[in-house]
Amino acid sequence: MSVPLWMYLFVAAVLFCLGVFTVLARRNAIAILMGVELMLNAVNVNLIAFWRFLTPENVIGARGGMSGQAFAVFVLIVAAAEAAVGLALIIALYRTRQSVIAEEADLMKGSALDNQTLETITWLVPLPPILAFFLISFLDANKALRERWRLINALIAITAILISWGLSIVIVIEGMGRGGEALAEHPIAIAANWYPMGAGDYFKLGVMVDPLTVVGLFFVPLTCAMIFIYSHGYMAHDERYSRFFSYIALFVGAMLTLVVADNLLLLFIGWEVMGLCSYLLIGFWAHKDYPAEANKTTNPRDAAIKAFITTRVGDVIMLLGIAYLFAEIGTLSYRTILRDANVLAMLTQESIIPGISIAGLAGLLLVAGAVGKSAQFPLHTWLPDAMEGPTPVSAMIHAATMVSAGVFMAIRMFPVMSAGFHHHGDFTAPMIALGLIGAFTALFAATMALVQNDVKGVLAYSTISQLGYMMAALGIGAYVAATFHLVTHAIFKALLFMGSGSVIHGMEHGEHHVHEHAHGRAHKWFDAQDMRNMGGLRRKMPYTFWTFLIGGLALSGFPIITSGFWSKDEIIADALHQAGEGYALGVWVFVMLVAAAFLTAFYTMRQIGMTFFGAPRTEAAKHAVESHWTMWTPLVVLAAFTLVIGFLGVHPDFPILGPLLSPAGHSAVHGLVGPAMLDEAPPLAFSLTAPLISIIVALGGLALGWYIYVVRGVKAVDQKDWVEGVLGRFIYNEVLARKYRLDDSNVGGVYKPGLYTIVFVRPTQWVAEQLVSSIMDRRIIDGFLELVARVAVQIGNFFRAWNSAVIDGVGDGVPIGIGRFAAWMRPLQSGKIQQYLLIAAISAIVIGFILVLSLAR
Amino acid sequence: MIPQFPVLSLIVLIPIGAAVVIWLLPKEARTAARVTAATAMGICLLLALLMYIGYNAEVNTPESDLYALANGGYAFDSDGLPNTFRFVEQYTWVEALGIQYKLGVDGISAPMVLLTALAGFTGVLISWGIEESTREFMGFFMLLVSGVFGVFVALDLFLLFFFYEFAIFPMYILIATWGWKVTREYAAMKLTLYILVGSIIALVGVLVMYFVAGDFFVQNPDLLPEGARAYSFDFEHIQLASMHGAFNVDGYAGIDGFTLAKFWFPVIFLGFGVLAGVFPFHNWSPDGHVAAPTAVSMIHAGVLMKLGAYSALRLGVQLLPEGARIHLPWIILLTLVNVVYGAFIAFRQRDFKYVIGFSSVSHMGLVSMGFATMNLTGMTGAGLQMFSHGAMTALFFACVGMVYDRAHTRDIPSLGGMARRMPLVAVAFILGGLVSMGMPGFSGFVAELPIYLGLWHGTGVSLSLGGAAALTNYYPWIAIVGAVSIVVTAAYVMRVVHLVFFGKFDENKYHLVGDVTPIDKAALIILAVALLILGVQPLVMAPMVQSSMAPIVAALGGM
Repeated sequence: MSVPLWMYLFVAAVLFCLGVFTVLARRNAIAILMGVELMLNAVNVNLIAFWRFLTPENVIGARGGMSGQAFAVFVLIVAAAEAAVGLALIIALYRTRQSVIAEEADLMKGSALDNQTLETITWLVPLPPILAFFLISFLDANKALRERWRLINALIAITAILISWGLSIVIVIEGMGRGGEALAEHPIAIAANWYPMGAGDYFKLGVMVDPLTVVGLFFVPLTCAMIFIYSHGYMAHDERYSRFFSYIALFVGAMLTLVVADNLLLLFIGWEVMGLCSYLLIGFWAHKDYPAEANKTTNPRDAAIKAFITTRVGDVIMLLGIAYLFAEIGTLSYRTILRDANVLAMLTQESIIPGISIAGLAGLLLVAGAVGKSAQFPLHTWLPDAMEGPTPVSAMIHAATMVSAGVFMAIRMFPVMSAGFHHHGDFTAPMIALGLIGAFTALFAATMALVQNDVKGVLAYSTISQLGYMMAALGIGAYVAATFHLVTHAIFKALLFMGSGSVIHGMEHGEHHVHEHAHGRAHKWFDAQDMRNMGGLRRKMPYTFWTFLIGGLALSGFPIITSGFWSKDEIIADALHQAGEGYALGVWVFVMLVAAAFLTAFYTMRQIGMTFFGAPRTEAAKHAVESHWTMWTPLVVLAAFTLVIGFLGVHPDFPILGPLLSPAGHSAVHGLVGPAMLDEAPPLAFSLTAPLISIIVALGGLALGWYIYVVRGVKAVDQKDWVEGVLGRFIYNEVLARKYRLDDSNVGGVYKPGLYTIVFVRPTQWVAEQLVSSIMDRRIIDGFLELVARVAVQIGNFFRAWNSAVIDGVGDGVPIGIGRFAAWMRPLQSGKIQQYLLIAAISAIVIGFILVLSLAR
Repeated sequence: MIPQFPVLSLIVLIPIGAAVVIWLLPKEARTAARVTAATAMGICLLLALLMYIGYNAEVNTPESDLYALANGGYAFDSDGLPNTFRFVEQYTWVEALGIQYKLGVDGISAPMVLLTALAGFTGVLISWGIEESTREFMGFFMLLVSGVFGVFVALDLFLLFFFYEFAIFPMYILIATWGWKVTREYAAMKLTLYILVGSIIALVGVLVMYFVAGDFFVQNPDLLPEGARAYSFDFEHIQLASMHGAFNVDGYAGIDGFTLAKFWFPVIFLGFGVLAGVFPFHNWSPDGHVAAPTAVSMIHAGVLMKLGAYSALRLGVQLLPEGARIHLPWIILLTLVNVVYGAFIAFRQRDFKYVIGFSSVSHMGLVSMGFATMNLTGMTGAGLQMFSHGAMTALFFACVGMVYDRAHTRDIPSLGGMARRMPLVAVAFILGGLVSMGMPGFSGFVAELPIYLGLWHGTGVSLSLGGAAALTNYYPWIAIVGAVSIVVTAAYVMRVVHLVFFGKFDENKYHLVGDVTPIDKAALIILAVALLILGVQPLVMAPMVQSSMAPIVAALGGM
């Protein structure tokens, strides 16, 4: 083995770039096919290059050494099959169009597929994963099949996502072919009646392909397919392996529904189902409890509830926004709301709140939904806790797709949010909100990422920060840049998360190994995610290291070769432009984002340095091994995309690369996404200032990080962090590590409740428990009732008394009186004649006396 | 009219027949009693389903009147009344007083009949395990269901009251005899008194309507339909009087600016509202639900509360639209309290069953709130919510009952990990929870969303009290405050799910807890499927409800 690794990599990179250029140039159908072949071969070269790392000792589950050549053969077979299909397509094309030259064959304008087929394909896209969910749930319910069908269940899910991916690719290619303008004006759309709205009107649910859908269908199935494959390796030993696949399949189905939806309601349906899946998956290891010495503030159960409820706060506000829009316009269909100048003009009228337009109010409510879903300040606290879920979940839901959905929705509804905005600094209320929140969150989250020691924690905060970039870009009207960053970030952040998962896996394996060989030693809590316990993994896990490095550089915005540079640079260029025009919001966004960019580069290098460089700092790190091939293959694929995807968005006036990559006078991204909005943003003139600032900031941060964490390095587990030395103990420990005191925190075993807990959670519990339940319901209402009851009883008592005294007195009194009288009279009937005679005499005298008296008158 | 198959009479009378048969059985014949009850309810469910499908088919037939009503048209019968009632059966009962045995269903009551049949059938399945006086239990349960059916299909106000009281009497016995030993007598008495008082107050209002309508027809004999008596309890008869403005005569009770409708509407609406759990008359319901045996809780919360809402709509809103316009704008505040307050209380209950009890208070508030929107969107939502909540609550109580029967406690903190022993119950409960929190794809969403949309629309009726003091349209604010309950609902459902079904399973304490029987599973699945179908495809019910809500909304002068 005399050829050094970097030469392989170089050749592969050259081949790959050549292939990408050929495809992008889109000159000739045969050339495009050859470009694809070149890309595949580049992957092949990589596989051969890396095969030597794959020896039985360092690969879990590798039986007898899986060799790179075997993979090469596999890829060759796939390539051959794919070439055959490609050739067949070309022949078919030639027969119908009599040419294979792109322009002559009208390949890019006309459509190879008719609209009806495309409509069918579009609504079929979300279906396979949803069916897979039901199928797996059904199979998993059967105890007998559960164990035996583990692999089959996973294969069902993976096949489903691959089918969706394939269908999406058809739509993406077709959509790219038709071009942004044509697609925006004549989207592929189909809808069916769903709910009657009275007067013969129906609320329709349907699917639609417009430029934004194409973007969504480009990155969602791609990242998800990779994550599915990766999950097979990651979850291989989990008891509920099948269940995991059913959940993530449902999740992907919901995300794809959201992407292809043609109206806000269907988007919301997908949105909510994703929230549910997120909840189920964060709490996937719900039985897990941490020992006290782990100093955790949460566990999977609490994290799942927190994520669900926090995002739901945003969701409910968003639902109000949807209801408000519906009440004002009478429809939620994108085509009616977003592409009708009259409707948008109507929305600029004043709403029920003085000073804010209808669009402004609805936009603000929708922004709240995006803030919740995309974990922006002040609803960001759930996302770091969501890292309690399995790492593929973090990669898919909490980096690549679901959190992107918030931004995706904001881009979708951008015409509403920006109704009344004319690209001259007259920012609307929702835009100002987006700009303020996004830029603030970008820096705010970046500062917290500085002090994270958890390998996933860094990435969690960096996700919040990067989503802030997109929000801020929307705030200043740069929707194309936001979309571009959405795609690049989704891909490289999925890569980074899966890389960190691979690291965790390797560390756990190392710890397991150490534990097995150290009998009798008390098992201490070991945090396989703590970067202080790592170090030197570069040599143990080469695939993970190289791909992670590529992802990390993209995140930092390493110039030219990474996609992160191009997308982030475009946002900064837009911000600089707005700042240059003298708009305060532009200045704010520019300053915050540049500062955040520096921190991002620094903390990324800190993470890479602490994880992969230096010497292993624990026994576990010493015995860490590379993960299974199903885990690193997706990393390689995503790394390849990370490297090339940025070239789709190169400004046409960029020196050298511009004319080469964007020959049409606009970049591919601008050509597609630019016309998506009715009010198209004017293209930005190129200036070298923005790229220079981006390059200086990125390289500066990386260099500092490189010096501190690679050159000087971290030598021991308990070594004081350099950042702590610079910022001081108070800021490091009490402010940043305590998450600005907003959220519950635990530093060194000292738990402190956060502001939200004190202000929202506890009072709500108190109100529910004390005020409403005990006082209002039990004391006042039931108390009142008891009072009524007591009064009724008292009245009853009174009546009873009255009854016995008066009524009964009369009723009983008559017979009793008679009885008494009779008793009194009884002595008269003594049976003595003399007595009778005496009485008769007396009576006669009395009667006589009365008679005499009466006669005398 | 062509004599037709008396499907509604059969639905009402079969349970009574079954009760008689059950009571004639020997005391030991427990299984026979169960099978008889299940068969009777099964037949009722089948008939109800046939009736429902028949009605729905007509709603979807473009030539029919119902189709026209569901699609913004307006269709009258010969008297000028909206032509919504189907399966009508009419026989004279007490001719001298104008009382008849008249049954019929429209798009609002047809789903309710189906719901009753669903809850009744699953209720019998859930009660399979009752060993204590099985015969008597099943018999009274049949009577209860029959009474409930009767209210939903009665088209004569006297008959309606007859069935209304008829349902309450077996309810008392069922709770007091087979209920939770600790509170059953208290709860049964509380419930009966509340409901009786409410219904008697409402009865007075109905009698007033009877006499005023009769007087009206005596004065205007030309308006009287041919061959009809002036004084009649026939619903459509009184509706006709209402349409001709008999209840809107100024100077009612000698007061200027006062009409019968304005005076009696709150009495009738709140009188029936007691049974619908309108704040502050809701307190009978959680106590009652908790004390009742499982199947009775299911009927009770699932169907009986709808009885109140349904009667309030039918006798209150539909007959006295003038009064509804004046009073619903303030009654909506009561319903708002219901919605938010019930959710908050449910959040902090320790007793599993009380959580569901208070959640019913919260969700029933949404029904009344939907009525109070007075527009088609909101009222259709309310109609759907009646069905959705009925099936959902029945499912909830079934789950609670199954857990309680096995673990012998309902104390939430002492339960845990039940999903391990009864996975299907956990799934069913979570499903009910999703419905309850308005998760899209389930019926709760298609019911609650229109209610909130309706609130946003505000009401097409001008909100004024006595003409002078016009109010601004505050309905959107109600929607905003009400939306708080959605978050709280999610919180309490999650809390219960986590504490009861997930978390740690105490092997020592609950070693006897096993899985539920196949009969129980069947009951859960039936209810869950109903919730799912409506959630995914609301067209199976929404147009039907809309066809019958449309004339009411038109009478209200709303949109």
